[in-house]
Amino acid sequence: MTVAASSLNGDLRSRAEALGQTLPPLLAEAEMLASTVMLGEHGRRRAGLGDEFWQYRAAGAGDSARMIDWRRSARSDAHFVREREWQAAQSVTIWVDPAKSMSFTGDKGRAPKSDRAKLLALALAVLLLRGGERVGLAGLAHPRAGRAQLLRLASRLAGEAEAEEYGAPETEGMVSHGRGVFLSDFLGDLAGIEAGLARAADRGVKGVLIQILDPAEEEFPFDGRTIFESMGGGLRHETQQAGELRSRYLTRLAERKDRLAGLARAVGWHFTTHHTGHPAQAALLWAYAALEGGR
Amino acid sequence: MFMIGPIGFAVPWLLTALIALPVLWFLLRAVPPAPIRRRFPGVALLLGLKDEDAETDKTPWWLLLLRMLAVAAAIIGFAGPILNPDVRVAGTGPLLVVVDGSWADARDWPRRVEKIEALIEEAGAEGRPVALVRLTDVPDAVEFQTAEAWAGRAAGLQPQAWAPVLDDWAEALPEGQFETVWLSDGLDHPGRAALLEALQARGGVRVIESQRVVLGLHPAVFEDGRIVIAAQRMPVADAVSVEVIARGPDPAGIERELARVSLTFPSGVARGEAELDLPPELRNRITRFELEAARTAGAVSLTDDSLKRRKVALIAAGPDQEGLQLLSPLHYLRQALEPVAEIVEGSLTEVLLANPDVVVLADVARLTQAETDAALEWLEKGGLLLRFAGPRLAGSDVSRIEEDPLMPVRLREGGRTVGGAMSWGEPKALAPFAEGSPFFGLVAPSDVVVRAQVLAQPDPELTDRTIAALDDGTPLVTRKAVGEGQVVLVHVTANAEWSSLPLSGLFVQMLERLAVSTRAARPEAGDLAGLTWVPEMVLDAFGQASDAGELAGVAGEELAKAMTGGPSPALPPGLYAGADRRVALNVLGPETELLAADWPQSVSVEGLEGREAQALKGQFLTAALAFLLADVLAALWVAGRLTGLRRGMVVVLLGLMPMGEARAQETALPDDVRALEATTAVVLAYVLTGDPRVDELSHAGLLGLSDKLWQRTSIEPMMPIGVDIETDELAFFPFLYWPVTAGAEQPSPEAYARLNQYLRTGGMILFDTRDADVAGFGGGTPEGQALQLIASGLDIPPLEPMPSDHVLTRTFYLLQEFPGRHPRGAIWVEAAPLAEEEAAEGMPFRNLNDGVTPVVIGGNDWAAAWAVDGSGVPLLPVGRGFAGEQQREIAYRFGVNLIMHVLTGNYKSDQVHVPALLERLGQ
Repeated sequence: MTVAASSLNGDLRSRAEALGQTLPPLLAEAEMLASTVMLGEHGRRRAGLGDEFWQYRAAGAGDSARMIDWRRSARSDAHFVREREWQAAQSVTIWVDPAKSMSFTGDKGRAPKSDRAKLLALALAVLLLRGGERVGLAGLAHPRAGRAQLLRLASRLAGEAEAEEYGAPETEGMVSHGRGVFLSDFLGDLAGIEAGLARAADRGVKGVLIQILDPAEEEFPFDGRTIFESMGGGLRHETQQAGELRSRYLTRLAERKDRLAGLARAVGWHFTTHHTGHPAQAALLWAYAALEGGR
Repeated sequence: MFMIGPIGFAVPWLLTALIALPVLWFLLRAVPPAPIRRRFPGVALLLGLKDEDAETDKTPWWLLLLRMLAVAAAIIGFAGPILNPDVRVAGTGPLLVVVDGSWADARDWPRRVEKIEALIEEAGAEGRPVALVRLTDVPDAVEFQTAEAWAGRAAGLQPQAWAPVLDDWAEALPEGQFETVWLSDGLDHPGRAALLEALQARGGVRVIESQRVVLGLHPAVFEDGRIVIAAQRMPVADAVSVEVIARGPDPAGIERELARVSLTFPSGVARGEAELDLPPELRNRITRFELEAARTAGAVSLTDDSLKRRKVALIAAGPDQEGLQLLSPLHYLRQALEPVAEIVEGSLTEVLLANPDVVVLADVARLTQAETDAALEWLEKGGLLLRFAGPRLAGSDVSRIEEDPLMPVRLREGGRTVGGAMSWGEPKALAPFAEGSPFFGLVAPSDVVVRAQVLAQPDPELTDRTIAALDDGTPLVTRKAVGEGQVVLVHVTANAEWSSLPLSGLFVQMLERLAVSTRAARPEAGDLAGLTWVPEMVLDAFGQASDAGELAGVAGEELAKAMTGGPSPALPPGLYAGADRRVALNVLGPETELLAADWPQSVSVEGLEGREAQALKGQFLTAALAFLLADVLAALWVAGRLTGLRRGMVVVLLGLMPMGEARAQETALPDDVRALEATTAVVLAYVLTGDPRVDELSHAGLLGLSDKLWQRTSIEPMMPIGVDIETDELAFFPFLYWPVTAGAEQPSPEAYARLNQYLRTGGMILFDTRDADVAGFGGGTPEGQALQLIASGLDIPPLEPMPSDHVLTRTFYLLQEFPGRHPRGAIWVEAAPLAEEEAAEGMPFRNLNDGVTPVVIGGNDWAAAWAVDGSGVPLLPVGRGFAGEQQREIAYRFGVNLIMHVLTGNYKSDQVHVPALLERLGQ
């Protein structure tokens, strides 16, 4: 992984930027909660507090007198309140599964899953940063805005794979009511995934789960007497007729996807499966739409 | 040796290992194929899944079988299996190897030599002395020697073209006991039984015979206008047909297949016949018939004069008188010749156009000058002019004072009459023919008398020229050689007016002896007797003809005996020339029968083939290896690892396939690509001679010239191309360089046609005999002769040595000499027209501005001087030092001039008009 990572470090950013350039800036729709609302850079373009005129509305009961716009009210008999548009930068925290299972590839000509995960993560980061959002990596980098953050993210992502066989989502550093992106193969213990997702949901984080799988994991093109081992060698399974297992494996995989989709739905997240055999744009588009929609 | 069927084993105890095979079965069965280890993150989903079928952990039965076969093949292979092992008990005492060595052995001679070598080697291994006897040799004392002494000699042994003569061999056999191996040709030769008995008296006899069919061709005979070819075969079997090929020179003198006929042996019959109907011109050219299937002397039948029907022109003086048929001077000649020759009649100049073999002038006295000249020319080329006397000749003054060129002797005026009413004496009879006369051996009947004749003047040569005389010594037939032909005068008339000679059988015989008529049948013993026959061409045992060289002549009686009894060492089969005819002696006479040798029960007879010991170790081990390879693939397949190999296999297969395709393309590609190569730019071409050294040099030479042209002129030639004049299109090349090698073959008629077309349409050929160092042009060098042979069929205009004002001297460079590697050979070009002989006043050149010479002929070896290697460095040294380099430079300049001449024609010649043109333009 070391060699792959260092080479990745160099071109990952350029590849990610190239991918990001093909999309319009992504503006994360703000969820209105005062505690997390922070002024975005859009507001700073104007003098003053950075608020923008939105509309006048008739003052109602409960509006303090301070809020009444007297200049407008003087032109008529009623009282009006001047409402301003709040603009907010969203905090997006991305978690890329660093476990060993992500370093799998079913074909020498195909990059491992971790490569694709990192590419997607950084491409999203590029888009989001360009839109003025704050992007961070769960457990690695706090969400910040600006181009400089992109460099930081890239260097953090190039870190080595962890010793664990399968990863569980990391929620450290996630901003409450922010957005979360989990990139993993989600083949590990379902309990860990569930817990991670629950922690994120507890903090009011919404987001997307992107399951990245190698085509070999979807097709199971094996035959004959085989000993299957996990990437670290911790798990093993021996079979005489690997071909016989195919249908049952595929059933289990489908079940796993169903579970993940169900979990995501329960906490208001979105779930998709992306294959390293397919182009990354599809996944990026989907993630862009899912983050924008937020529903 | 341990034997199973026809297979023996060198190390039979190894076979016991086969018992272990069933044990191996159980062992192999218990061990499942090794698993593959795969890293796979999805294993988390697999945990807990059970295999449905537990059986597969045992090796499949067919894989087991494959492995067992591999092991079994290896065991058997190492046990040293031998097919048809040589299990004969080793003999003792001396070994005599007898080989017939006849023409019938030639059909599988290499196999016989191998067998002989094997026998000698075997005897050598056993320490037995050996003797080798070829029965076709003249019997000689047989000596036993060590096998080493014989080892080299067997390889050089050749069969002979005749049958063995066995009668005297029994005496030549050594004393004492010895074993005999007789390699028989399968034919029964006289004396074989006696020799076998003599051999059996000395010890055991083993006979080795080939099973192959012996084919022989009888001499072809001429029957009812057709050639009948008969053939004989030795083991009589089912119906089979063989091809008979008639060969002979074509009009250009090149030996070719002239005709071909299929000859069928009916089932169960030893003799087959075929008929061939050919036009006389073709038939007369046939020199030999041969069976296509067999290459032995027996399968070749040479033809002699007996197949040729000669063309005879009969000419009488003046119109025949009506109603006097029996008095016609030509009547008896016509009767004698009609069955055996083709008769042409007409005037002398007309018939000479038909190129007859013989012209008969019956009582024709005076010929015009044109007729005399034509007749003389025809005589020089080998014609036979037969003249008969008569009243007109006697009355004329032809050959009276001076000898007429068309008469053998001078004649006295008037002739003489004997035994008539007004004369004394009896009619004269013929004297016996003298030795040396072509009629020697013929018996003159006593009732042949001569009543009148013309008389020869007594000249010094008269005795030599007389070949038949009357009993009083006066010449009756005289003869004179003219060039290759001859003139014969019979001093009596061709009808019965002056003598009774035309009425007798002697007349026909004399005509035959003069080769006027053809013998319809083969020569009889009487025809041959008394003459000496010199072999011209002889056949070897394989049917190949070779020049007889200095072989001594043989007596006619001997030859006659050989014609029926077959050839012998003194009389090899071939063509024998007598005084004026040739006789073919063939291996098979017209009645010869091929009889199979019949060996008694006491003799063991083996075939030549089938008994060779053949070690099978290699085959078995190869099979074992193949099984193991198959096992590797099968094991991979069972273990599910073949998927990764698939792509590799495809690569290997793809790698193998293009070879076949590429080869197919190579053969398919030629014409278009060649045409493109030759026409995209100017290309110099050379004629491929078949001698690789000469061809390479031509290529290098034209490459050097092309380089120089590119550097110095606006002609930018591509790489030179070698041209095969027999097959390649010539029209693409403006220039052909043709190095003539000694012994170069004449091109075929089609090639000549294309070469002539090439020359007529503006191509140029530079003939280079490359021999100017040793010969002047046209001298007797082998190259010069080859050039003459090649050029004989080309449409080449009259030539002259290159004049000093030839346009070639100034097309680009001003040159006075044209050296190649040899400095000063003569160069010949097309002769200038006579009308333009004189140069105009004050002009340096003659006004010759028409045409490009189609050929330039010389011997200066230009290609050698031009030749450069791939990097442009001269290949061969020219001359010596700086002078040599200067000569090379001049050689290049000649090449440049030549190509300029080819491409620009006489443009430089036309420049003589430049002053006139300038004047007209008012400059």
